[in-house]
Amino acid sequence: MNVREFRHIGKEMTERPELRRFLSGQGRYIDDFALPHMLHAAVLRSPYAHAELKGLATAEARSLPGVAGIFTAADLGPAPQPIPVRLNPYATLDPYLQYPLAAGRIRYVGEPLALVVAASRAIAEDAAALIAIKATELPAATDALADPPAALFPEAPDNIACRFTDGFGDLGEAMQEAEEIVEFAFHTGRHSAVPLEARGLLAAFDPGRRRLDVFGFTKVPHFNRAVLARMLGLPERNLNIVVPDVGGGFGVRGEFYPEDFLIPFAAMRLGRPVKWIEDRLEHLMAANHSREQHYAIRLGLTRAGRLLGLEVQLVNDMGAYMRTHGVIVPELSAGMLPGPYRFTAYRCDVRAVMTNKTPTGTYRGPGRFECNAARERLLDVAAARIGIDPAEIRRRNFIPADAMPYRLGTHALGEEVIYDSGDYPAALADVLARSGYKANRHAAHVGGPRRGFGIGCFVEKTGKGPYEGARVALDPSGVIEVATGATSLGQGLETMLAKVVAEALFQPPERILVRSGETGLLQFGGGSFASRATVLAGNAAWQAAQELAGRLIGAAAGRLGTTSANLHLVPGAVAAADGNMVTLSELARGADPLGPELAVTVYFPAPHMAYAHGAVVASVEVDPALGRVLPLRLWVSYDVGTVINPDIVGAQIEGGAAQAIGGALLEAFVYDSAGQLQSGSLADYLLPVADFVPPISHHDLGRSPSPLNPLGVKGAGEAGLVGVGAALANAVADALGLPAAVDRLPMTPERVWRWAQAVKAAA
Amino acid sequence: MTEPSASPRPIRVSVNGVDHERTVEPRLLLSDFLRHDLGLTGTHVGCEHGVCGACTVAFDDQPVRSCLMFAVQADGHRIGTIEGMADGETLHPLQMAFWELSGLQCGFCTPGFLITARDFLARNPDPSEQEVREALSGNLCRCTGYQSIVAAVLEAARRLRQAPLAGLGKS
Repeated sequence: MNVREFRHIGKEMTERPELRRFLSGQGRYIDDFALPHMLHAAVLRSPYAHAELKGLATAEARSLPGVAGIFTAADLGPAPQPIPVRLNPYATLDPYLQYPLAAGRIRYVGEPLALVVAASRAIAEDAAALIAIKATELPAATDALADPPAALFPEAPDNIACRFTDGFGDLGEAMQEAEEIVEFAFHTGRHSAVPLEARGLLAAFDPGRRRLDVFGFTKVPHFNRAVLARMLGLPERNLNIVVPDVGGGFGVRGEFYPEDFLIPFAAMRLGRPVKWIEDRLEHLMAANHSREQHYAIRLGLTRAGRLLGLEVQLVNDMGAYMRTHGVIVPELSAGMLPGPYRFTAYRCDVRAVMTNKTPTGTYRGPGRFECNAARERLLDVAAARIGIDPAEIRRRNFIPADAMPYRLGTHALGEEVIYDSGDYPAALADVLARSGYKANRHAAHVGGPRRGFGIGCFVEKTGKGPYEGARVALDPSGVIEVATGATSLGQGLETMLAKVVAEALFQPPERILVRSGETGLLQFGGGSFASRATVLAGNAAWQAAQELAGRLIGAAAGRLGTTSANLHLVPGAVAAADGNMVTLSELARGADPLGPELAVTVYFPAPHMAYAHGAVVASVEVDPALGRVLPLRLWVSYDVGTVINPDIVGAQIEGGAAQAIGGALLEAFVYDSAGQLQSGSLADYLLPVADFVPPISHHDLGRSPSPLNPLGVKGAGEAGLVGVGAALANAVADALGLPAAVDRLPMTPERVWRWAQAVKAAA
Repeated sequence: MTEPSASPRPIRVSVNGVDHERTVEPRLLLSDFLRHDLGLTGTHVGCEHGVCGACTVAFDDQPVRSCLMFAVQADGHRIGTIEGMADGETLHPLQMAFWELSGLQCGFCTPGFLITARDFLARNPDPSEQEVREALSGNLCRCTGYQSIVAAVLEAARRLRQAPLAGLGKS
């Protein structure tokens, strides 16, 4: 497929209109909304990791002046409903779902026990502190690899909620053929997205009309509306969802959480608007965690470095409940673990283990940050075993460009993994050349501070279906408007859609009005996750705008007394070859409700995902005495198909890379053996800052548009993240000179110091 | 001297050049006072424990974390927030550079970065990249990876050196 030429698509658009409001404090985030007679909520959360809840003594709290209501599990009615799984909802996961408030068993620190609503947030928090929790503590299961001291659920005495297997080929035969067997264990720590804005919600109920306004759903508003309507027993269309500006999403924000039921429920019960704003401690113990995985790997290969069999035992620490993602994180790991390489046979056995820690879900690049790091580390260990350069073992095993489309033989997100296009060897060659890998790595090993270079290659799934919609319309004032069910999480959705529609309608992108997320805009909507907005909403808008172009020209033909063939769109008008024209405003004013509507809705389907890819080189400096790792520089070469706005894609690559730096070197949710969260502040859970993130140079290869959609796009939201942890881990191992030492992320100073001691001992 | 008490007390604060008189609880945070009492919601609250820097405002021209101060401590002082940074419709050179170089994505951390950077450039008009990175390392951004923010501050510094009067905001 050839790379196409466009007028707006692929060109830089600076001074993007959607950014203007944020520069002067005019963004409208959830805590910026207020309604008359509004009350404020605080959540009473469990201080216990595992306990039998015997009761809550609320009398003193209820008597505090200003308290409007206190809700416990008993107040939710005789048959409260659990929060359902959104993606791949297997019925076998049902026993492990979370209810909005704990009843009977408490399973993690931070689990909601009661909701307090009061005249101010301060009073609500004061009242929550007056509630006495009567509970009998149980031993806490905190280590998914250890024999559990207690079962969380009667359905799983061993705490294993789910087992499944993915893979292809005859593993026994492949291992038989192997001349070398490499065994390697790898672990990734518990991280989360930690957006700068914590969560929040504002709900208002009109009892006369039984209408509910909800401000603050973000990622998947249509799905959340359906869940909430069912749980509250309201017709779905009686719920009006308002999506505010959002201070970062990254997969964590906007899933259906307990509070997403509790706040609207309280607003209905009390007949007044109720607002809840999460504080940072709450966020760190209440919003989804992710990434905690344990790999035990056996790799069979030839002495020439040809990969044969890959056998993996994967344990995914699920935390205390199955949340809306079910087990898709380990499914993605198992489905994507082979990455850009050919194996003769592969088998991954997954165990999803329940523990007394915060429940888990997806965080940008879910399952792939982890599996890419495990695989890329493994390849470095294997390369060292047979005595070839890390780059060389990769070159010898890449799936070649002429094998595309390539049926990998695994599954991810409920569909077969079929790589649609890509030139994996080219990405590695590009990043090696740009980083001066060979010469610089050699120089790094000669004397001086301990420096190292590491490679991380990746394939990245994008554009998850089943569909997204876009409605492109000429509004009554003559402005072109595009509405979509995808939501803006700060990633540049407005610019992307404006440019796509501008391209199809020959208008300046600045003149296109973009509306997103709100459930009133379109009947159906998917939302923004899985790097899908550009692939699905972008192509839906493209097709809708092209059809609208035909209708506009048709309407103009009637006005100008000519045929459509003589007309074309120009900025603000439809023009004839002779210079006659009718403006879009005139067309809008003269729109005939009995004629063809000057609005087109398209739902773009995606039965298969599009796969981006890339390669990363990281250089680091390691201080063996202090265990400190300084990232010195990152190089990323990537291909995400057609690029709509290079500046936005580059920003996604940089931002993703910085998050991976955090995940690889700094960020860790630490629990003690009693299940107490030890990292409940941003002083304990460390995020990368400006003088820690090194220069990130990135290059768009731009040679592999997706054949699966008309624009040829692939998603770019996660591609910047998924290979960087791998590259940093390999760079640290390279700097230490002990290829197999680095067996876990994050590479905290204590761990690096221990590895360095092992190096010393070996010397 | 009166005993410490939880009863509300009157304060008078100048914010972006406008005087405000209010009666507030002593435990009210300066950030909540600005946001909820005055409606200046451009100052954002990201952690409420002084790490993230999103709530940074100018306090008598010094950048401070408004989540670590009480409103009563602002009595008789001047506060500058993001709402006072532009001169009417004319953006401050820092705001312009952030816009042109996309030094933001979701925008939540942006006001804190802009207030911090304005103070930094007033003290160090010709910084190196490393100095910019250090000056901004008390502000967290989760979207950009900082590359575009650092570039925007360096570009604004260059423009401010050429036209220093463009950087005079109200506070």
